[in-house]
Amino acid sequence: MKTQTAIATALASALVLSACSKKAPKILPPDPGGAVSTDTTGAGTGAATPGSQADFVVQLMGQDTVYFDTDQYNIDAADQQALAAQAAWLNKYPAKRATIQGHTDERGTREYNLALGERRANGAKNYLVSLGVDAARLTTQTFGKDQPVAMESTEEAWAKNRRAVTVTID
Amino acid sequence: MRKSLIALIAVSALLPAGLLAQQVTPTASAPAQEVDEEVVGTLDNDAKIAIPAFATNADVATQTSAGTTAALGMSLATVIYGDLKNNGLFKPTGPASLPRPELAQIQAPDYPGWQGRGSDMLLQGYVRAEADGNVTVGCYLYDVSLGQQLAKAGWTVPPGEWRRAAHKCADLAYSRLSGENPFFDSRIAYIAETGPKGHRMKRLAVMDSDGANHTYLTTGQATALTPRYSPDYKQILYLSYFNGSPRIYIYDLASKTQKLLLQSANPLFAPRWSPDGKWILYSVAIAGNTDIYKMPSAGGSAVKLTNSPGIDIGGSYSPDGSRIVFESDRSGSQQVYVMDAGGGSQKRISFFGGRAATPEWSPRGDQIAFTHIAGNFRIAVMDPAGGSMHYLTDSWQDEAPTWAPNGRVIQFFRTARTTGQTGIWQVDLTGKNERKLTTPGDGADPAWGPLRP
Repeated sequence: MKTQTAIATALASALVLSACSKKAPKILPPDPGGAVSTDTTGAGTGAATPGSQADFVVQLMGQDTVYFDTDQYNIDAADQQALAAQAAWLNKYPAKRATIQGHTDERGTREYNLALGERRANGAKNYLVSLGVDAARLTTQTFGKDQPVAMESTEEAWAKNRRAVTVTID
Repeated sequence: MRKSLIALIAVSALLPAGLLAQQVTPTASAPAQEVDEEVVGTLDNDAKIAIPAFATNADVATQTSAGTTAALGMSLATVIYGDLKNNGLFKPTGPASLPRPELAQIQAPDYPGWQGRGSDMLLQGYVRAEADGNVTVGCYLYDVSLGQQLAKAGWTVPPGEWRRAAHKCADLAYSRLSGENPFFDSRIAYIAETGPKGHRMKRLAVMDSDGANHTYLTTGQATALTPRYSPDYKQILYLSYFNGSPRIYIYDLASKTQKLLLQSANPLFAPRWSPDGKWILYSVAIAGNTDIYKMPSAGGSAVKLTNSPGIDIGGSYSPDGSRIVFESDRSGSQQVYVMDAGGGSQKRISFFGGRAATPEWSPRGDQIAFTHIAGNFRIAVMDPAGGSMHYLTDSWQDEAPTWAPNGRVIQFFRTARTTGQTGIWQVDLTGKNERKLTTPGDGADPAWGPLRP
């Protein structure tokens, strides 16, 4: 039943992906397409239910996202720290499942970037698994270059967009 | 789309090709009254073609969007003028600034009058409303200097397809004068984009090669990407997001329905048809490794074609179906490779510095178009061995070339820095004739279909 609900939520979110993104940032429910969770950490949400996606976002304080160098997908030291924090939270709530969403910057061709986003999400997933998170609890998604969070065409913006975002499924 | 929609008439009246070839040879030496600034394409001179409004036997109402037969005659010439002016081989003059010939002059042109206007060629015709609602369009090409007819053809079309008759007429003149195969009577599938950069709505859309007859096929509720027309124009392969992952769908144009190509938990992308429509190439990402597969389009077992630990993606068949060009980052960065259609003999062909991506084999087989990435993203072509590389465009981000059915013109999409706005652009193989297609909103991922029958 829980699995069915999760699938239904993800499905509905995918179908109304662009509509969801246009709304003001919300913490609940998670939007598999929006990946805006890091923007909402300090919004007076101290009352988030423990073990919820809202709680995950609050507790991780930005470490729900890991970042990559151009064309790369390796997990560097900062990524390891963030993923360790994610793993700690996930190990605290062993019933929770999560999706890792891979993204690229705009400076790549579309299809390659879809594959690269998957590779980044998979890199983050593998590291979480190495920290003891059951692989069966983790899925990956890729959005390629289609969902930037930083809109400029600058090195700084591209660095923010080359990312993998972990979103837990309530 | 059915063959019966266009009945080719007057084919038997065409002059033998060999005779025509002899007759057209002197046109290159026709005295030019103005000095051409540069030589482009395959003609020695840009032929000055007069395209007056088509004549009619009677100005009566039609069921076409153009209006009466007289108005349709003006519209036909305008569409032909638009086709021919945009490819750099010709200097056409459109109907707005030319007198409309009488019906009797269509098969007996006023050569001295057109010579006086400085025309090298005359492309004219007539339109006639049929009792059943169809329209018949006659198309005649004359060499004004020689005072000779070069080609003629006629088509009876349903009222909704009158523009096809114009494209057929433009194709007749283009192929007769350039020696190339025709391409105007063809369609484009692409992704129509609207909305801000961070959350674009992306809809599957189709249009004629000149941007007319534009139709949206999906609502935009699910993000659509990377369409490809089937060789028979009946179906479109494309990506659509489902449950947060891209899936490959086959959209059926007649029934307006679609079906999932494959059931998979993994992301699927880069679908491509084989030239005979019997196979579909696609890529699957599994645990960080993307490989290319093929499967029968009618359904059946998939065959894995690549096995490298990197990203192998974006295959494109040679026109004879024997080979596949694709991109792979197995060397450390995106480069272009060629393999046999069964996956054997994989060999890198791009050695230009930078990265080489999105290869597309020309329908003529002689060239491969691709995106070269070295700082900016530029459309380039090379031969199938990786030689004779040259750029066709020079902008911040041009990508995803697609070939016209005759392999002489390329469309691609251009992304603007910062705004992320996209548009479909077209360029010929000289790189000198570049223009943006008019679409209702932004456009990306163009896919040019074959010549329509």
